[in-house]
Amino acid sequence: MKDFANLKRNLKKDASALKPIKVALLGDIATQFLSVAIRGVGYEHGYNLQLWEADFNQVERQVFDPASELHAYDAEVIIIFRSSHKLLGKYNKYKGNPTSFAADELNGIKSIYDTLASVNPKVKVIYYNYAEIDDSVFGNYANKVAASFLFQLRKLNFLLMEYATEVPNLHVCDLSSVQNQVGKATFFQPSVYINSEMVLSIEVLPAIAYKTQGIISALQGKFNKCLILDLDNTTWGGIIGDDGIENIQIGALGIGKAFSEFQYWVKKLKQRGIIVAVCSKNTESIAREPFEKHPDMVLKLDDIAVFVANWENKVDNIRKIQGILNIGFDSMVFLDDNPFERNMVREGIPQLTVPELPEDPAEYLEYLYPLNLFETVSFTNDDAERTRQYQVEAQRATLFEKFTNEDDFLQNLAMVSVVEPFTRFNTPRVAQLSQRSNQFNLRTVRYTEADLEALAASADYHTFSFTLEDKFGNNGLICVLILQQESPDVLFIDTWLMSCRVLKRGMENFTLNTIANFAQEKGYKYLKGEYIATAKNAMVEQHYGKLGFEPDGAYWLLNLAQYQPQKAFIDKK
Amino acid sequence: MERLQIIAQVTDIFKDVLDNDDITLTDATTAKEVDDWDSLNHIQLVVAIEKHFNIRFTAKEIHSWQNVGELVDSVAGKV
Repeated sequence: MKDFANLKRNLKKDASALKPIKVALLGDIATQFLSVAIRGVGYEHGYNLQLWEADFNQVERQVFDPASELHAYDAEVIIIFRSSHKLLGKYNKYKGNPTSFAADELNGIKSIYDTLASVNPKVKVIYYNYAEIDDSVFGNYANKVAASFLFQLRKLNFLLMEYATEVPNLHVCDLSSVQNQVGKATFFQPSVYINSEMVLSIEVLPAIAYKTQGIISALQGKFNKCLILDLDNTTWGGIIGDDGIENIQIGALGIGKAFSEFQYWVKKLKQRGIIVAVCSKNTESIAREPFEKHPDMVLKLDDIAVFVANWENKVDNIRKIQGILNIGFDSMVFLDDNPFERNMVREGIPQLTVPELPEDPAEYLEYLYPLNLFETVSFTNDDAERTRQYQVEAQRATLFEKFTNEDDFLQNLAMVSVVEPFTRFNTPRVAQLSQRSNQFNLRTVRYTEADLEALAASADYHTFSFTLEDKFGNNGLICVLILQQESPDVLFIDTWLMSCRVLKRGMENFTLNTIANFAQEKGYKYLKGEYIATAKNAMVEQHYGKLGFEPDGAYWLLNLAQYQPQKAFIDKK
Repeated sequence: MERLQIIAQVTDIFKDVLDNDDITLTDATTAKEVDDWDSLNHIQLVVAIEKHFNIRFTAKEIHSWQNVGELVDSVAGKV
């Protein structure tokens, strides 16, 4: 994490080649430094944040005035920072019954959000929750007095969380948790507050800016998806090959506790949908033994999507893991206690996140928590299934090596697909794919659930979702198409995206056959496609050409009268 | 610590925070004479000086200095 002075220097660097994002920042306290810090971190993450900052204390005026500069700016992301200090000021002057203060405040927040969403239904709002101020008026007894400020502040934070669960485009940035991590003496500097109306110390600004940018990056589809673990002295204490299974440290005793708690953390990440892989310098059978036999191991073999243990170098092994998972190196985190291995991996694969784990395993978790490595802006049940799906992928990779002919291999997989329009049940997953697919994504238009519901209801659009299942398992919903009627003859492919975990199965062919049949039945004459290049989707640059579309200016056209069905080994279920 | 030492170290902090190697400070220098020394950067300068000397200024002090000399007096009184 860079300090404020260095983040400020980033603003002098040329960001014109980076992806621009329009962001608005509104605060009820001075936000100039916060704005500098956020832009500086944006640069670190590869974005050119075009940040418009409202004048001091203008949140309500900018939001509720339809002719305000905020609405004219048309930001993609709006950050709202209303401080605990101003909240305390409001509480001090509150005329109603203090027990209803938090509920009243939440109503205020709701009307701010509703107004923003009514002006621009796609806008993403980041709202800072309230760092605690304990005014000690009631002492500990405040916890028993609903009218106390502390009670109302905590209640408001809780109501805000509850509200955010209902509103997908409202994201809470957890300022309160940052204050817990750094301590209030670091978080807040009274002399600076008195002289400048800034409630965030210069020291804490980077932490908050990184936390904010984490959400902004995740909204752009950039977040970590995979955790790669070393084993000896990272996942358990000791060296399995030397010490043996009886002597590695794990469980309730001594330093073993640190490793057990670390494993519980990893297990929860896996259950949330983070792919967990192992990369260890060990003999494979010995490395697997604790997972199979040690009673205190929290992580089991079926938690690990890809298990690589051998005596090759870790750079090659991580490349191998990446090859199986087919996700970007920039979405992978590698944890290893050995500084030599870390440096070698950093040098070999610079895109990888390689935290500088502390020497003492007792400190692992407290070091890892504030790094906020696994930010996300969505969570579905499908996430939890992911590890199993990648495990199956590893089995498929093994089977593939046995076949010399690719068609035989595909035939042998016995693949079936469920093809459906968007429904109430699949829309959350479709929205998630729309947010997170970067590589196999022809136009990279991001849709929210609300957008998709509107599309599905529109007569001008035809929506398709595809699942893929084979003899090894079910990949779930992995491909999405949105077709838009451009004219009675032409059907435009607004969206074609696919999860990279089903590459090279002929899914593209099956998909095209499906929509070509559909288009013919509906009497269309042409399918029209477009490729919009991004930093990540080069793999589909020739997608339409390969499928027999003819170039037509910036577009690709398929004449349905001459269409020959593509070879596919997938059956419609 | 000698006042001259303090002023030299404060000058280095100014150069670093304001990103300008041409700054020279004397006791008589005022904010008007230094490019970019506005009220906002003043806060960043104050916090950087506090951190460097491991001291804390009061809210009133931060507001009271008329020139670099008075700032250095405050530092000298604390180190």
